[in-house]
Amino acid sequence: MAHFTKATSVKDWLNQRLAIDTVEKVMASEYWIPKNINFLWAMGMILAVTFGLLTISGIFLLMYYQPSVDTAFYSVNYTIMREVDFGWLWRHVHGVAASVVFLIIYIHMFTGIYYGSYKKGREMIWISGMLLFVTFSAEAFSGYMLPWGQMSYWAGMVITNIFSLGSLHLDGLVEWIRGDYVPAQAFLNRFFMLHVFLLPLAIMGLIGLHFAALRIPHVNNQDGEEIDFDAEAKKYLEGNTKESKVMRFANDFLSKDLMVVGVFLIFFFYLVFWHYGFALDPVNFDPADGLKTPAHIYPEWYFLWSYEILRPFPVDIGLVAFGFAQVIYMLLPWLDRSPNTIPANRRGLFGIWFWVLLVDMVVLTAMGKLPPEGIFSTIGLVASLLFIAMWIILPFITMNEKKV
Amino acid sequence: MKELKILAVVVFFTLLTYVLVEPYAHGQMHKHVDSESFTYNDLPAITKTGDATRGQELIMGAGCAGCHSIDVAGMPAPMDPVMAAQSYGVNPPDLSNAGAVYDAKFLADLIKNPAHALKVEHKFDANGGKMHPMVPFYGMGGDIDQEVSDIVAYLQSIAVKTEDVTPAMAFENACGRCHAVGYENWTQIGTKPTFKYEKDSLAFDIKVLEYQDSLKAYMGKLPPDLSMYIRSRGEHFISTFMENPQNHLAGTAMPRVGVNADSAEKVIEYLKDAGDTKRHEREEIGMNVMIFSIIFAIFALLWKKQVWRELH
Repeated sequence: MAHFTKATSVKDWLNQRLAIDTVEKVMASEYWIPKNINFLWAMGMILAVTFGLLTISGIFLLMYYQPSVDTAFYSVNYTIMREVDFGWLWRHVHGVAASVVFLIIYIHMFTGIYYGSYKKGREMIWISGMLLFVTFSAEAFSGYMLPWGQMSYWAGMVITNIFSLGSLHLDGLVEWIRGDYVPAQAFLNRFFMLHVFLLPLAIMGLIGLHFAALRIPHVNNQDGEEIDFDAEAKKYLEGNTKESKVMRFANDFLSKDLMVVGVFLIFFFYLVFWHYGFALDPVNFDPADGLKTPAHIYPEWYFLWSYEILRPFPVDIGLVAFGFAQVIYMLLPWLDRSPNTIPANRRGLFGIWFWVLLVDMVVLTAMGKLPPEGIFSTIGLVASLLFIAMWIILPFITMNEKKV
Repeated sequence: MKELKILAVVVFFTLLTYVLVEPYAHGQMHKHVDSESFTYNDLPAITKTGDATRGQELIMGAGCAGCHSIDVAGMPAPMDPVMAAQSYGVNPPDLSNAGAVYDAKFLADLIKNPAHALKVEHKFDANGGKMHPMVPFYGMGGDIDQEVSDIVAYLQSIAVKTEDVTPAMAFENACGRCHAVGYENWTQIGTKPTFKYEKDSLAFDIKVLEYQDSLKAYMGKLPPDLSMYIRSRGEHFISTFMENPQNHLAGTAMPRVGVNADSAEKVIEYLKDAGDTKRHEREEIGMNVMIFSIIFAIFALLWKKQVWRELH
């Protein structure tokens, strides 16, 4: 057994049992961050804050929400929106944060791609991040079912239908997922469970993994510079804080994180109070009606690009393309064959690849929402094919990249 | 500065995606209908000056009270709403405040040719033997336009002043005999009272259901509950739909409502009270939260500057 002495203070007492000094060093004051990074490196903190907002607002909503097909819509739109003090505020915060969190996830993801932050020892950061993207997607979808409005019902119908896998006609699987022939009580209950328990639990676990994956390789920097963290940390600790290329996570980088979070919160609360329509779809303010299909069924904006990859093809090919789109980002660290961990603008063809991919994602997103008619269908088809082609050529254009 | 350039790129792609997915895509998906400011330009202008006293005599003589109540004039409804709906499909409105809620041109045209004013001639074609349940006023022997002007003048004289029309009054007159608003406790036969005994409450519900059966048969389907329509359809849609349902949904059984511009605003306000109850609180708290966020951001910026002074 370890040797314990009489504690001289509360801190010392805790230190002997929990090693809080060491933990503080490892997690904060001697967690070294390069200085040459920009505000895009604060997206992680914004995501943590937004996840916090989602959790807190979710807890308050959970106190009044009723997962029953007869009362769910009423409990959200009457009880929470009218009766409960500040219920409307929690709902707007929850709805807007659920949408904005994906905007930040996409910025975070494309920052990683641009600066090559998935390479050479940082593969686990990328993979855990992509797993978070998948679980956040499931979390967003399951949450979207809960108000039991028209879009909840019909999106639930369309998305669960995907699991019949086209010509395989796995209707039994679809019924098993729904717990019924159509979305009904069993369906609502299980998505409620997923949304408030299993998926948040998975997300919290994955966030832990994501942070842990970052601790050893350290964060990347904006110049693709290889930093000797031990040597630079030594300089810093000796007092040469200005010469050292690194800084402490707390309070050095944390102060910048908080500054970016401050600006973000102004934007976020503007959306919550004045511009929430994009996140709370009007169609979902009609109660679910299995006999009335809405004229246009579309997912939330953050799923549109992959929805569009499914849509322009015949069923089976579309499903294969959709499956491809779901997993391909995960494989990025191995598809990028280049030895360089530097920003995309210094990587020749890859730089072009990056911007084309980004624009293609925007085009796919727009076409995923627009009705699949006329020119929109054609653009959607071309953009989908381009997306697939881009990922197929990636290993070839990066293979011959010269080491810089 | 490099960070501002990066921010500009992020903002550009965010806004581009937003514009394409929201305003542009919704513009493609939904037909845009411009408001006509409730002017009812398709209806003939009233050229005669109406005489309210004469109008009162005409109303008595023409038998309007055979179907309509005029509470303010002491004329009760001949039937209860359920029975009236069984007879006519929908309960004929009380005319006490019709003069304040409805446009005068609309009223004049309605009295002479209901299906025309209501824009439901596709459904009620007199030549095809399908009469609108409201019997047109064929005149009492004099100049029919003068007589109609007199009736309109009478209705305006007994109604409350336009500025005294309340949101509930406008809604109940113009929409409330077909549409329920559950969140405001409104049913097609009136506000549901609080009953002491459940059997009384159930008896009331049965009456509502019976009324709805007649309404369903008359309209083709039960007109929707409008509790959340201000969120699901929005102000512009509701306003232009009310102005002329055919502009949005050609062939719909819903008649043109004929409200004047003031009452249309009142109807919207009623729907906001039902479906966007906390809008004033939202504005107020929103401002406070914004002030807090800005102060927070300023302090965060100052702290960052202080910490980084040692780093560069």
